[in-house]
Order: sequence, then structure tokens, then C-alpha cells
Amino acid sequence: MSFTDLLQSTPEVLNVGVTDFAEALRAQGVDVVQMSWKPPRKMNAEIERLLDRLL
Amino acid sequence: MTTSSRSVVRPNRYIDSVRLMHVSKRLSDHPGVTDAFVVMATAANVAMARGAGYRSDALAHAGPDDLLACVTAIDPGTAERVLDELDALLDEQPSGERTAATLEEAIAQAPDAGVVAISVPGSFAADLAMDSLDNGLNVFLFSSNVPLEREIELKAQAHRRGLIVMGPDCGTAIVSGAGLGFANGVRRGSIGVIGSSGTGMQSVTSLIHQFGAGISHAIGVGSRDMTDEVGGTSTLDALDALDADPTTEVIVVISKKIGDRVRPRLEQRLSASRKHIIECHLAPGGPTLEETARRAVAVAGVMQSSPIDEGVVPERRSPHPTRRYVRGLFAGGTFCYESQMIALDAGLETRSNAPLLPHMLMADPDLSTGHCLIDMGSEGYTNGRPHPMIDARARCDRLMREGRDPETAVVLFDVVLGFGAAIDPAGDLVRALKEVEQDSDGEIVLLTSVCGTDLDPQGLDGQVKTLEDAGVTVYPSNAAATRAALQAVGVEP
Repeated sequence: MSFTDLLQSTPEVLNVGVTDFAEALRAQGVDVVQMSWKPPRKMNAEIERLLDRLL
Repeated sequence: MTTSSRSVVRPNRYIDSVRLMHVSKRLSDHPGVTDAFVVMATAANVAMARGAGYRSDALAHAGPDDLLACVTAIDPGTAERVLDELDALLDEQPSGERTAATLEEAIAQAPDAGVVAISVPGSFAADLAMDSLDNGLNVFLFSSNVPLEREIELKAQAHRRGLIVMGPDCGTAIVSGAGLGFANGVRRGSIGVIGSSGTGMQSVTSLIHQFGAGISHAIGVGSRDMTDEVGGTSTLDALDALDADPTTEVIVVISKKIGDRVRPRLEQRLSASRKHIIECHLAPGGPTLEETARRAVAVAGVMQSSPIDEGVVPERRSPHPTRRYVRGLFAGGTFCYESQMIALDAGLETRSNAPLLPHMLMADPDLSTGHCLIDMGSEGYTNGRPHPMIDARARCDRLMREGRDPETAVVLFDVVLGFGAAIDPAGDLVRALKEVEQDSDGEIVLLTSVCGTDLDPQGLDGQVKTLEDAGVTVYPSNAAATRAALQAVGVEP
């Protein structure tokens, strides 16, 4: 869906990551699909700073 | 008191850190539990658990793909019973929740979806974002630590395909009434917003709502978009879209860093717009977020209502022998920035861990000396700990420390409401605020502003009342609270 079309009506959202954000969208009556993402098996130093801006 | 500690591991079970924080709290709230946490078993977390005295075979073999739960309780039976609840808590899903294992599966379930909202670690986020664009989906990219070259690549692809990347490091967007990330409940209206600052957008959209007007769309472009390296791609594309949007009559552009090469391109594009443009470049001498919201509402032709009496000025007290300084503790980084700006315009240089100008950097962010305005949402405070917008504990600790400092005259802080934020941000601060009052015999002036609206899940009026009942003077904006803080220490803004 183009960006211009996105602005024409309430979007349906695919959420990847923090489930709180999906719940916040549902609380607003927005349709959401939550993707159950998990990091690949090989971890690196980056993983130790999960969601830097939140935790 | 003797206690009993137990730890269990759930192999190859990944849950995001914010959800784990909620699960940890549910376990901690059980009577008889003195300590409980649920984390991914990274090397650092395993070392932390061992350091806290937890020992088990499972812990000894746990790896970063595994989930680790540790509980200490008053007796073994309580610890066991609490841990028995763990799996049910981990499996808990709101009723009616739709889930998918992959992007392809998600698209199959929701073929009309317009945007993917991404909040996973930065290095993985870029790949997910590119997959989304390749599938014709717009991207809201909350994640930070996305490499610069990936951001440039993503935005070039988005531009080619008529899509947008909102981010990276984008905290807020409102698209056709749907708030993404941390966003406030606001009425629909004719004012569009484009911004590189999440809290700045929250503030301006909330104030526009409070002043009686409404928002068409609020497009976050990420904190680096207007730099020369990125070239303003998302900003310029957002301008095109809002120019073409029949519901938008006024466009507010909120910026912090604008590159020298981007600036003339942006100015030219703004002057060619068919809509009324209000620029808010946050810098010394520039407009405040409140002034920006007022101008936008006036230009939109809406009669302004002022939600709270702006005439409230804290009682001017006689000079105190030791209490001379303002201590600001902010959850919103842009509020910290704006307060520094207002102080500097009044001739007062403050110190900060996130300074407006390099020489204003605090020597030690954990030790306030002189006037200090601290961004408690900055990386130094949120590495491994929750952001203050969702968890108040770090801010409460610092509040109480400032309260015990005989040099503190004023404590200035912000309270941010909205979807995605804590359930009761004001309530979470009350105990600490009361301790500050007690420890200082009521000598410290407590000032705040609440960024939010009556449509937020927390409810603006109730949050304001909670703070007022705790002895805090509440202002309608961060700018107003900052001016009052300066006046309270004898600086005329």
C-alpha cells in the first residue's frame, strides 16, 4: 500500500517486537497481527542490548 | 529472615524484554516473594543471577536463547508455587489476538495491511524493514542502533516504491487516527505534523488537542533523517504526502538537527508547499513546542482554549542559604533539551547528561552539581533498565536523592501519558515525591507538566489531580513549567 494510500484510512498493522505496542493498537480499535519474531540462534553482543531504547 | 531461592530455565523460549518485565512484576507481586525476575539467559544476566545467589544445574547450562526465571521467597513452598505460574504467564495472550510466525504468514492473514511496526534490536530491524518494503509495506521503525548505511538504503528503496520509513529511532507516529509507538489520543483535524523527535511530536499533538484543534497525521521521520548523510528523504516524502492530503491544511515541521546541505532543500520545499507551514526548529532562540502548537491552532482557525490557568507562579521565597539550584529529571529527551534551551535564552547555562551544547556536559551524570537537567531516557540510564516512560523506579530513586541534597531548590520533571506508556505514570512517582517533601521539610518546589490528553488511557485530569494532591504544581506545558522553575530560583525567563 503506497504511503499516500496509507493516509486515506485507518491502517491495519503488522507488529514485530514489543507486544505492548500491539496491545496499545488494539486498545485504539486498530487491527493488528503480532509476528512472533525471535532472534536467530547465533547471538552476539548486540543481543545483550535488546530494545536499547526501552530496556 | 531465612529465604528460599529457586531458578528455572525454559530452553529456546524467546519473549521480548518489555513483556518479561511485566511477567517479572507479576511474580514479584506475590505475597512472600522478596525477589523475582524473568530474563533471557544472556551471559550478563546469568552472571547477575549467580551474583544474586541463584544456583542450579539448569542455570549452569543456560544459554542466550533460553529464558531464565529466578524467585526468592520466604519458604520453598512459596517459591515453587510462584514458579508454577510462570508458564501460564508466558503463554498468556489477550483474547482475539492474531499471530503469525513470519512476515509472509502475517501478510496472508492481513492482505490489506499498510504498515509494519518494528521494535526489535537494530541489527535485525534493518533486514525486517527491507523485507517489509519489498512486500510493498510502509515501515514504522521504533528500533534504534540501525546502521546509518542501512537507513540510507532503506529510505532510498522506500522512496523508489512510493512508501515511507518512519524512523529509525522513531518513538511516535499517528496515521489516520492510529497511534504507533508511544502516541497520545487526539481528535482528528486539519493539522499535520512531521517530526524528528518522538516526545516533541507527543507534546505538540497533545497541546493541539488541548487547545481545541485536531491532527490529520503525525509522521515521525527518525532522529537522523534531516542530517546531510540521510538527506531528509522521509521528511521530503512526508511533505509531499501531506501536501496532497485533502484533510491537511496546516503542516508543522519539528526538527532538531538539520544538515547544512539539507537545510536549503528543505526551505525551498517548504516554501513551495500549498499548505500553511509552521516550523519548529528546536534550538536556542527558537520557538518552544507550546508556542508551535498555539501558532498551528491559530492558523488552523480554531478558537484556543487554555486547559490550565497559566497564571500560576510558584510562591517566590526568600533566598535560602543553601537551596539555589534547579534539578530536572526528564523521561522525554526533547523536554530536557527544550528546558536547556529556555534556560539558555534566559542567560542561564545548565548542565546535562544530554547537553544542548558540548561544554554543558555534566562531569558525572549521577551527581548533580549546580543547575542540572537530566535526560533519564538516554542510553546511559536505559542500558539494561526500563525506559522511564514505562517504569518509574530509576526516576524515583533519583528524585529521592535530589530531595536529600541541601542545594536543591526546585525539582522539575515531566509526566508523559499515552498509548504504550505506563498505566499510572503520576501515581508511580507519588511515594518518591512525598519523600522529597518530607526530607526537605517542604522547602523544595516541585514543578511538572503532563504531556497528554483526556483521550489517553490514563486520563489527563486524573493524572493532574494525583500530582497536585502530592504537592506538585502542574503546568500545561514543559515550557511553562521550565519558566516557573527559573523564576523560582530568581532567573527571569
